[in-house]
Amino acid sequence: MNKRTLFTGLAGIAIVLGACNAAPATSTAKGPDGALVKRSDIKIEVVTHGQAIDGFWGVVRNGFKAGAADMGVTYNYNAPAAESDMPAMSALIDAAVAKHPTGLVVSIPNPDALSPAIKKAVAAGIPVVSMNSGSDVFKSLGILAHVGQTEFQAGLGAGQRFKDAGVKNGVCFNQEVGNQALTLRCNGFFTGLGLADPKAGKVLTGKISDPAGMQATIAAAIQTDPTIDGILTLGPSVAKPALAAVGASGKTIHLATFDLSADVLTAIKDGKMDFAIDQQQFLQGYLPIVILTNYAETRNLPTGDGTGLIMTGPGFVTKDSAADVIALSAKGLR
Amino acid sequence: MATTTASAGPAPERLRTVSLTQRLLARPAAGALIIVVFVFIVFAVLSTARGSSAFLSIAGVLNYVGVASQVGIIATAVALLMIAGEFDLSVGSLVGFSGIVIGIVSTVWGLPIWLGIIVSMILTTGLGVINGLIVVRTGLPSFIVTLATMFIIGGLSSVLVLTLTSITFIRIDPALIAADPLAQLFSWKLSLVFDGATSDLYVSVVWWILIAAVGAYILGRRKFGNWITGVGGSPIAARNLGVPVARVKITLFAATAFSASILAACQSMQFSSADIQRGGGWELQAITMAVIGGCLLSGGYGSVVGTALGALALGMASIGIVYASINADWYKIAIGLLLLTAVVLNNWIRRRFAGLR
Repeated sequence: MNKRTLFTGLAGIAIVLGACNAAPATSTAKGPDGALVKRSDIKIEVVTHGQAIDGFWGVVRNGFKAGAADMGVTYNYNAPAAESDMPAMSALIDAAVAKHPTGLVVSIPNPDALSPAIKKAVAAGIPVVSMNSGSDVFKSLGILAHVGQTEFQAGLGAGQRFKDAGVKNGVCFNQEVGNQALTLRCNGFFTGLGLADPKAGKVLTGKISDPAGMQATIAAAIQTDPTIDGILTLGPSVAKPALAAVGASGKTIHLATFDLSADVLTAIKDGKMDFAIDQQQFLQGYLPIVILTNYAETRNLPTGDGTGLIMTGPGFVTKDSAADVIALSAKGLR
Repeated sequence: MATTTASAGPAPERLRTVSLTQRLLARPAAGALIIVVFVFIVFAVLSTARGSSAFLSIAGVLNYVGVASQVGIIATAVALLMIAGEFDLSVGSLVGFSGIVIGIVSTVWGLPIWLGIIVSMILTTGLGVINGLIVVRTGLPSFIVTLATMFIIGGLSSVLVLTLTSITFIRIDPALIAADPLAQLFSWKLSLVFDGATSDLYVSVVWWILIAAVGAYILGRRKFGNWITGVGGSPIAARNLGVPVARVKITLFAATAFSASILAACQSMQFSSADIQRGGGWELQAITMAVIGGCLLSGGYGSVVGTALGALALGMASIGIVYASINADWYKIAIGLLLLTAVVLNNWIRRRFAGLR
């Protein structure tokens, strides 16, 4: 764009450094007359396991930001320095509770480690909404609602689509071994493909920090096992290396990925990928803010599927819908 | 390529017969060569036993050489720095930073890609100079200094990219890369087609070999190479002999950062994108390669050729495991065992044949 963007950027850095992520309410939106609290008094604490450096979570954070701006409420975002650092995340939840917020938003990547802290929040009378991970445990912890996607179901949907497309030997590329959610996606995928034991499915692994390594791993797998005719990647950063490896192999291999990026959408539009599983993570940030604001003002609470589970996915972006989504993804809104 | 073990030059007065084996083993790269051959045989046998000859095919070789070249590009400078007695733990975060700068300049600001690459190289090398200045001026261990700058640079990349774009993965238009004059140096590849399948020799391999050759030449044949070994072996003695210790170290930190920017340029052109997570954890991989290559953690001894062979061994192992249809969970165990074996082997060779320590 221009030099001004640079200066705005540098100023932005200073603000971010100085303000520790506290985002002031920028909107003057007013709640309904007779509401229990004024919107300008609503302060929502957010604690997730989403790293700032992760593309997926960047979109979630944009959802929080937009939700808070639209509602005219204040929110504060926190995440541990390492995605898997549950003790740190638990401490962040404790700290958030100590601030007596109007509401608390949490993700629950590891229920065993985070339950005590979340139960304390509920016991303190703070309305809690969970998002992204934790769909199977939120109810038992006394959480009002969960906004997210169930991982196994999403993988299952991908597997079934591959099966319908005639895939016989599908492999799953896991870029973060040890993350329970990703294991469930692969298991769902293999179940959807019709494997009796999902553990028998072939899983490839690699690291996002090493795209050439991921590409070489996929190329090696295709060379070693010529019957591979479908590859599911669990994140958009893996899709590009997978596309390169499949393109070079000269074979017809079905390719699909979890989550979106400009590359993924372009490949889908050009017919090089079958589809992308979209969990619409923007809503996982946006909706909890809206839900907690309404709950604070009027005690209205959506019940989702009846248990409080509000699904944002799996949605499937295919050749027909890819074009529209491209521009939005580049802006971090999809 | 070490300066300590001369196989050339006239024989001294009292002749000692030295067998060819002994002379070969006396080179610091000997251990790494043995490791490479060992890894090659292991995976060739394992993959063939499992019914796939792909590891031995040209496609297989190009595949793992491509992987080796990636960390290999930064490993030469990391090895030279280690020989000079210093570490750079920030080199992985510099790779991520450098790529992000290319992405911001070219995609976010819409400026030409060549400008993005040049700006990224200047900024990244500048950060390397800062690393060196802090180490030299404060006299603190570089391990601590670069540990700190690793966090700072990683954080700087996050703040920069999230403030300017709100996404951490920047796409770079492949059409613009194809049209850019400077980008060709980093995006070029030689495509070979066998039975309808394409195998690519990426330009990163050329960079890897080129940088290793230049590094080996400097270390083995130039005055600056002697300075590097001297600075690492005994900084005080080196200073007393008139070696500009500070300048040598700062130059090497800058060279390490510069090689990180070359790697970042290769990655972002090859994958037409920049991702903030790229290069994460590579500082330790580069050190692993240098150690397999015979570099001592205490400095003063090591080999650039050995380090390049170390890169080859790691690349072979990481992809060989796929060709051998072994569960990838075993990769880290294999790396750990390789590293231990290499250190023990190098130690033994050094004592037994090179007559050192």
